[in-house]
Formats: sequence, structure tokens, C-alpha cells
Amino acid sequence: MDKNRSVRILQGNEACVEGALLAGVRFFAGYPITPASEIAEGMAVRLPELGGVFMQMEDEIASMAAVIGASLAGSKSMTASSGPGICLKQENIGFAAITEVPCVVVNAQRGGPSTGLPTKPSQGDVMQARWGTHGDHPMIALAPSDVNEVLHMTIKAINFSEKYRTPVMLLLDEVISHMREKVNIPTREEIELIDRKKPAVEKDNFLPYKADEDLVPPMANFGSGYRYHVTGLIHNEKGYPTSNNKEIDQLIRRLTNKVELNKKDIIIEEEFLLDDAKVAIIAYGSVARAAQRTIKLAREKGIKTGLLKLITLWPFGDETINRLAGQVDLIIVPEMNLGQMSREVERAVGGKCRVVSYSRVDGELINPLEILTRIMEESKL
Amino acid sequence: MNNSITQYFRKEMFPHIWCPGCGIGIILGSMLRAIQSTGWEKDEVVMVSGIGCSSRITGYVDFNTMNTTHGRALPFATGIKMANPALKVITVMGDGDCAAIGGNHFIHSARRNIDITAIIINNMIYGMTGGQYSPLTPTGKLGSTAPYGNIDQSFDIAALAASAGASYVARGNVFDVNQITHFIKKALLKKGFSVVEIIADCPISFGRINQLRTPVQMLEWIKSITVAKRVWEGLPEEEKAGKIPTGEFLDIDIPEYTEKYQETCNRIQQGRREK
Ligand SMILES: Cc1ncc(C[n+]2csc(CCOP(=O)(O)OP(=O)(O)O)c2C)c(N)n1
Ligand code: SF4
Repeated sequence: MDKNRSVRILQGNEACVEGALLAGVRFFAGYPITPASEIAEGMAVRLPELGGVFMQMEDEIASMAAVIGASLAGSKSMTASSGPGICLKQENIGFAAITEVPCVVVNAQRGGPSTGLPTKPSQGDVMQARWGTHGDHPMIALAPSDVNEVLHMTIKAINFSEKYRTPVMLLLDEVISHMREKVNIPTREEIELIDRKKPAVEKDNFLPYKADEDLVPPMANFGSGYRYHVTGLIHNEKGYPTSNNKEIDQLIRRLTNKVELNKKDIIIEEEFLLDDAKVAIIAYGSVARAAQRTIKLAREKGIKTGLLKLITLWPFGDETINRLAGQVDLIIVPEMNLGQMSREVERAVGGKCRVVSYSRVDGELINPLEILTRIMEESKL
Repeated sequence: MNNSITQYFRKEMFPHIWCPGCGIGIILGSMLRAIQSTGWEKDEVVMVSGIGCSSRITGYVDFNTMNTTHGRALPFATGIKMANPALKVITVMGDGDCAAIGGNHFIHSARRNIDITAIIINNMIYGMTGGQYSPLTPTGKLGSTAPYGNIDQSFDIAALAASAGASYVARGNVFDVNQITHFIKKALLKKGFSVVEIIADCPISFGRINQLRTPVQMLEWIKSITVAKRVWEGLPEEEKAGKIPTGEFLDIDIPEYTEKYQETCNRIQQGRREK
């Protein structure tokens, strides 16, 4: 057997490190925080072995800045943190979005707000993931629900960031980060790797922010001979600051559209027992694991229940949900927050069926039976 | 070969945004002469700035350039340098940018002694936002947010950098152009974290409110408050008050960060091979 291919018992955070290294990450900057620290610790061991760079910076603002700098210099780059640190990263996540610098931000979610619940899981940051930095901007966020998926979604996150030149959030939570499961570690050859597009034009004709048809401009690395300006100010195709209405409008719309119009490629979701379902659970992250059990329990009770598991949270997969709403009588959205995604589901459903939120914000995981109880209460009505 | 520093300009970006009489242009001239003297290719130079009038410099020069977020030029530059140590990385920051919002990054960049040159344009005020007091505004001076006189003490950026671990630290003023060009050149060639602070005039945001309305009045005032380090050291304590020493404060050779990192990688990879 190939010596790179192995089955190992890994913690979610360790699987994230493995996935990132496989995907070609060679720069990591971070700052310690529970429950994300094992990612930095793993990178600190592994990156120097591979000739990559690990840096512990003075704070999360600096970590995010260093990651963007390294990406501009040509390294696939990543950082990881949790709520309080993700708050600090927002400033430069916005910078990465407007300057279109590929990078991945892992958020091992814990209870918030503020210092909150450092050692307990939460899904309280899903809206922050979308709208945490100010202004209209694109966002891709992926939420794996088991350790094997963490590895694969980390690779996806890196690939999406390179393909769409945008920051990508990988949303874990304290449970996914810390639990141990069997992981099939693929070989390099078994995974698809995507690198940023290089400019195809002569240096003198290079327009750093002129997009191709896919709305993504090719990217030149600093030092490659294509000299250009990178600014967080609204800029034109040349990369220079502009106050021209048309150019402003073009940039803001293109940034969002390059993700929204490529939803087909970006949305990852899984359906379980939905074909004949009259009740659908929509869940993501560690709650989707519980929901997988719930649908079986519900069927034992004679309630035709299925699950739509969301892995891509942003951009939001309206289409599947809207279609599902035409089929089922009830959608239940269990989450470890006060209904952040449930409101998004309601919007996508557009009144076609009933949407019920089930929330838990006490630091405990949602278990299969409580979702079942909720379904039984609601389906009696 | 083109010997003029205009070869480094992005001419299509002109006219520039700076006010008439602003000191930033003089400093930009010095920076470009210093870069020219190193013989570095444009392709290998990276210039990174934060936010402010001073930070707008990066838009006008034909290198790999970056105008980042307020105070964060150094951590962006650190990522670039670590990812590709062959690049010549220069940061340019205002006094508020470097010493207020970016103060912690500045201290830690010096502590790492990473091979980056930090140019600080110290006009003693927040220029771009219209004259609010900064950590470098002298005590007693006025700002739009210090209408009754600034009661804060001001930082000594040079002493801060030297004590935090930098390799080269110098301070000049916009009046002594040849001296600042010389300092910048030495800083660029220094292996390690090098800092050149330049006392600069901002006739609009600092001058107007402090009765130094014309660029000439401002330059004369800067000349009157700056004293060569040698002279300053001999002054009685009461005469030191309100005066700023200029000159070289530190020039030492100590291990540099990217080299130490590379050595660590080599040691680990060697160890693995031997296993
Ligand atoms: C996070 C953040 N806070 C505040 C501002 C507003 N702002 C823009 S420039 C500036 C001050 C610049 O002063 P300084 O760094 O001294 O540079 P100068 O303009 O004097 O060259 C401030 C506070 C900002 N852009 N970002
Ligand atoms: S406000 Fe001051 S620092 Fe800014 S451009 Fe005008 S004179 Fe220069």
C-alpha cells in the first residue's frame, strides 16, 4: 500500500492540519485560543519539516495580515481561531475580500458572545461568518460534520479560495474539533488541487483586477515580475483607487457575483431519506450527526422524515430548500444558536411550508431524541 | 540607464493627493534615491503601507505595492517576507499608523528582528483625518481633539524600537534631506529590522491649528526643535525638554528572523533524514 495513504484515528483539528498540508498550505500564522490551538500546534510541528512557514503572531489581527501577505507572495495560506479571535480577524478578512487574496480562516466555534464558553460547542458564528466584516462582500463558508469530512472540506476550502480568489471560512465547533474518529488520509494523487490562475498576458499589458469570464481575475504573485498595486480602497481594473461610480459599482457587484453566480460549483449538500419525506430536517455541523439518527427514529415511529445536510453554508443553497419546501409539510432546523440559519431557511422556503427552529444555546450538543420530540410535537398539529 | 528617480513613479497615478508644502513628497524623494543607490530591481522590491496620508506613498511607486489596513503594514510585510525572504520589503507608515493602532505590531516586528525596513513619517498628528492628536503630538500642542492642549506624553519611537530588539534605528527630519537619504540607505542594506523615523511637516492638519500656517514656518519650527544627538547629549536637562535628538541610535548585527527560521527548518529536516 502507498505509504502516504493511511487510515488513522485523528482529532478534528488534526484532520484539518492534514487536509491543509495535502492541499498545499505552506504558510500558517495564528494566535493561541481554545478550541483551535491544536491546529496551530500541528502546523508548528509539520510546516518546518516541509520547508513551510509557521508563525505565532502577536494577535489575530496580525495573523490574518501575515496570511494575506504570504498568499500574495505565492504561498497557500491559512489561519485558525475561535470567536474572540475571529472578531479580530474581521478587519483583514474584509481586506482579503476586496483585494481578492486567497486564504482560509478556520473558526473552531465556541459559545459566545465575548469570552463566552471556551470549552463548549456552539454554532453561534454562522451569521458572523457571512457578515462579520463590513460592507457587501463575497463569502464562502463550509461546515463539516465529522472528522473525515473536516479533512476533505479543508482541502475544498483551500481549493475554493484559490479558484475564486476569496477568503474561505471553515466552520468547525468544539465537538468536531476535539473528537477523534477514523480518517482515510488520501494520497496527493487522489485529491484534486486547484491553484490560482496565472496571468496569460505580457507584463506590460497586465491589468491586475481585470476579471475573466468567470469573474475572477488571474493573480500574479509578488516578485514574479508583474508589478501592481494592492489596496483596500475601492479600485479599478488597474488596481488604482477610484471614485468613479461605474467602476465602484462594477467592483462591488463582481466581488459578490463571482461567488453567487458560481453556486453550482460551490454548494455542497447531502440528502438522506428525502425522497418520500413529509418532514425534513435541515442541519449542519455536529448537529447534522444527531439529525441522521433522528430521521431513523422518526421513521420507526411512522413519520416520513429526511435530512438535508448543509456543508456549504455560504453562499446559501436556496434552490434545494425551495424545491424541498414544495414536497414536505414541515422543515425543522435544529441549531446551537437562536435560529440564525432557520431564518435563512424561511427566506428560501418563501412560505411554501412550515419552518420550525429548534435551538440550544446552553453549551450542550443537540441530541437525536430532542429533535425527534420536537418533530412529534409539531407533526401532531 | 535612467538615472532619475522618476523611473520609479507610476506616472498615470499623478497628480498626487498631498497638500502643497507637505513633507511627504520630500521623504518619498529620499526613499527613492536610497532605493536607487542599492541597485535593486523594481521587481524584487515590495513596499507596504498602512492608512494615512503617508501611507498613500505606495500607490505612486512602481514596485510590488500594498496599501493595507490602518496600523497593519508590518504584519502584512512579515507574511510577505517570510513567504519569500529574497524580496526586499519596506514599510511606510504615519506616526498614528505606526505608534497608535500599529504600536503592538511595531514592537513585535522589532522583537523578531525580521529583515524589513520601517520608514515612519512622523508629522506629529493624524494628517488624513484632519488633525486629531497622535501618540507623537508633543505635550501642550493643539489638535482638533486636543483643543485645550495635548496632555499626553509623546512616544520616543527610536528608543522604543531600539529597546524592543531592532538592528538599526535612526531619526532625521525633513529639513536635512541628505541625512535622511543616508539613513534610509543604511537601513535598507541592514540585515534585520531597521527603523528610520523622519520628523515631517504637515502644514494643514498640524500647522494651521498650532499657528505654523505656512510650510516655511513649519520647517523652521521643526529645525528649531530637532538637535543632533551629539549636541543633545551635552545639553543640560532643562534644555532637553521639548527638543528631539536626531541621528543614528543603533547599528548592530544580531541574528535575523528569516535566517533563524531557515536554520530551524534545516536542522529539523536534517534530523529527519538522519533518523
Ligand atoms: C481601523 C481604522 N481606524 C481609523 C481609520 C481612520 N483613519 C484614516 S487615516 C488615520 C490617521 C492617519 O494618521 P497617521 O498615521 O499619523 O498618518 P498621516 O495621515 O498623518 O500621514 C485614521 C485614524 C481607519 N482608516 N481605520
Ligand atoms: S494633511 Fe498634512 S500630511 Fe496630509 S497631505 Fe496635507 S499636509 Fe500632508
